[in-house]
Amino acid sequence: METKLNLDLHLIALARTLASAIAGDVHAHIEKFTTVSVERTIVRLLGVDGIDAEEVPLPNRLVDQLNQKKALSLGAGIFLGNAILTLKLSPQEIAQQVAEGKLDITSLPLQPIAEIRHVILTQAQTAINTIIRNREQREQSIAEHPDHKGALLYVIVATGNIHEDIKQARAAAQQGADIIAVIRTTGQSLLDYVPYGITTEGFGGTYATQANFRLMRQALDEKGRELGRYVRLCNYCSGLCMPEIAAMGAIERLDVMLNDALYGILFRDINMQRTLIDQHFSRQINAFAGIVINTGEDNYLTTSDAVEEAGTVLASQFINEQLAKRAGLPDEQIGLGHAFEIDPSIKNGFLFELAQAQMAREIFPHAPLKYMPPTKFMNGNIFQGHVQDALFNVVTVATNQQIHLLGMLTEAIHTPFLSDRYLAIENARYIANTMADLADEIQFRPDGIIQKRTNQVLNDAVELLSSIHKDGLFKALEKGTFAATKRFIDGGKGLEGVIHKDPDYWNPFAQLLEGELSDES
Amino acid sequence: MNPDKTQIDHKKILPYGDTLNDGKVQLSFTLPLPHNERSVQAAKTLAEKMGLNAVHVAYAKPLDDNFTFFILYGSTRHSIDYTALQAAILDEEVFTRQETNEYISHHIGRKVVVVGASTGTDAHTVGIDAILNMKGFAGHYGLERYEMIEVHNLGSQVDNLDFVQKARQLNADVLLVSQTVTQKDVHITNLTELVELLEAEGMREHVILICGGPRITNELAKELGYDAGFGPGKFADHVATFMVKLLAARLKNTKKSTSC
Repeated sequence: METKLNLDLHLIALARTLASAIAGDVHAHIEKFTTVSVERTIVRLLGVDGIDAEEVPLPNRLVDQLNQKKALSLGAGIFLGNAILTLKLSPQEIAQQVAEGKLDITSLPLQPIAEIRHVILTQAQTAINTIIRNREQREQSIAEHPDHKGALLYVIVATGNIHEDIKQARAAAQQGADIIAVIRTTGQSLLDYVPYGITTEGFGGTYATQANFRLMRQALDEKGRELGRYVRLCNYCSGLCMPEIAAMGAIERLDVMLNDALYGILFRDINMQRTLIDQHFSRQINAFAGIVINTGEDNYLTTSDAVEEAGTVLASQFINEQLAKRAGLPDEQIGLGHAFEIDPSIKNGFLFELAQAQMAREIFPHAPLKYMPPTKFMNGNIFQGHVQDALFNVVTVATNQQIHLLGMLTEAIHTPFLSDRYLAIENARYIANTMADLADEIQFRPDGIIQKRTNQVLNDAVELLSSIHKDGLFKALEKGTFAATKRFIDGGKGLEGVIHKDPDYWNPFAQLLEGELSDES
Repeated sequence: MNPDKTQIDHKKILPYGDTLNDGKVQLSFTLPLPHNERSVQAAKTLAEKMGLNAVHVAYAKPLDDNFTFFILYGSTRHSIDYTALQAAILDEEVFTRQETNEYISHHIGRKVVVVGASTGTDAHTVGIDAILNMKGFAGHYGLERYEMIEVHNLGSQVDNLDFVQKARQLNADVLLVSQTVTQKDVHITNLTELVELLEAEGMREHVILICGGPRITNELAKELGYDAGFGPGKFADHVATFMVKLLAARLKNTKKSTSC
């Protein structure tokens, strides 16, 4: 490994070993459970979609019936397969009948298990093929129009109305944005269902629905063809429907997903078991679909101090990495997150930012690091804010970050105007060009402020990882290790949707996704 | 008639660019028009309609085929009679942490209970944390650091009903509500709902109710039925000063009325 920071390689290896053990302990626990959202994902991937007369999604109707009959511990796949065999109906027709109250699929006589598995695996192939096709199409588009040198420019649209989002996304792409993220409406993460259809109302963002995904994908493909580029689409695979969003994204060819292992626990008070089970399956889907995940370490810094919590950010990056690897994600798809959030009044704050970003680059050399702009100390002074964003852009270029979430000068005032996004892109492109090869020219003074700082942060991270390893991740979360937030193993939202698996439990996709993944390696 | 360039007339206040009463204003906006001479003319005409003279379109840039961004300067025709304004102005005195603690000891004689949250669907805790957390924000320590203040920070996405219940349980003196995400004025609906709930529960007059956030002004807060609102540039010390003074005054009044 090339290191400009003179990092202690043994410490890095130790950190990884500890994080891997932490992830292993988590895995041993979550393997015993499934969740209502995992099961809804399975039935979605088997072809169930749409809503009933009361606008309840059919996957919810079907899984709720199984849950009420205490049948989910075997997995929805078995019952759906049995119903297909017995009734000779499609999964969608079966779900409709369940929603209408005409059918109890747990009361059907059980067919031979081998036949059930066969019919489900055949049915599952449709979704698997779609996802493979999408992955190939993305790879082909990028091969035809390779990415420019330097970080991918990531901007957000958040109007609440998908049609307005599309206008803004097209304009942003025209100006040079490489990744368009459609921010979700606030509160969607706490819905235990995925809203349906095209939506035009939202607060602080737009509902993540499969129809909205499809519309935006079409618009970006169209714009991309016009521009001779591949414009990536990003959404939020988080909250109570994590794996369902992953499935929808895989089917509609999203390219990037926010998909953090701990975010929902810390910032949405979702039960930790629920989130950790859900994140695993959602990441398996993202891995298979070739979707780059982004983790959310930047969020810690909005509640905690960026100078003091640097070690926590690094420790979390190690844990996120190891959990992601257990779900089959290769390094190239693990976009670990971090942020430029040091108080601008701190002396040498820029040096600490540079240190942290360079350290992440060296410790995770193959990860498409996602670098987040200043938000916490943006205060409505748009002129100063534009300078802060410019300094952030300098660090991005100087340390070869790969996913560059652009800061907006109007942060803390409103969701971005069309012109705010233009100014942000202009700022980033100016710096990316005028400093294009700066990273190659930089060395850090041995034992200077930056080298000392990074080695200290690495030490702190290892210490923290050791203590998390001793306690286990669940206990560490109860102690308030991350983001100064205490969460309890039986607290938070969504625990009622966690179900102990029967020894005969079966998730057809876990098997298919892993199978396909290991075939490749 | 040129306005006087040497005297400040508080009945006719104009913006100051580089000369008194030049009325200079900078603004920028985007028009849903392609970039051409007509759209530049459209931007200029719009600025004139907004009350600007001598409009100068300093910069025009197409954002894509259908949108153009403009930066303009001009001199406003409108002036303000500063003497006639009646803004809901907060007391400008600000106590230090020490002064607040002493004030509470003298005038209230027990710890003040503050319950804060970012309510409704708002997931942002930046605002409430800046006021409440030990560390505070931009060098202003949060209320947790005040010995005479007992702080309960309920975090984000707190339902108004849960907030009210918790406030009752904790016997709150002061309720602090933060609203950061404010798209389509969702904060107003949410803030109004809280007032209505408190009134329905008969609690409104027993608590000091304060809201804060980037789009909150004291004027707006009062209009919505809050005791005060704190916008950008206000810190824990501002909030603390306001709430302890009001609380002390209220307790004094209650004592008077009960002793009568």
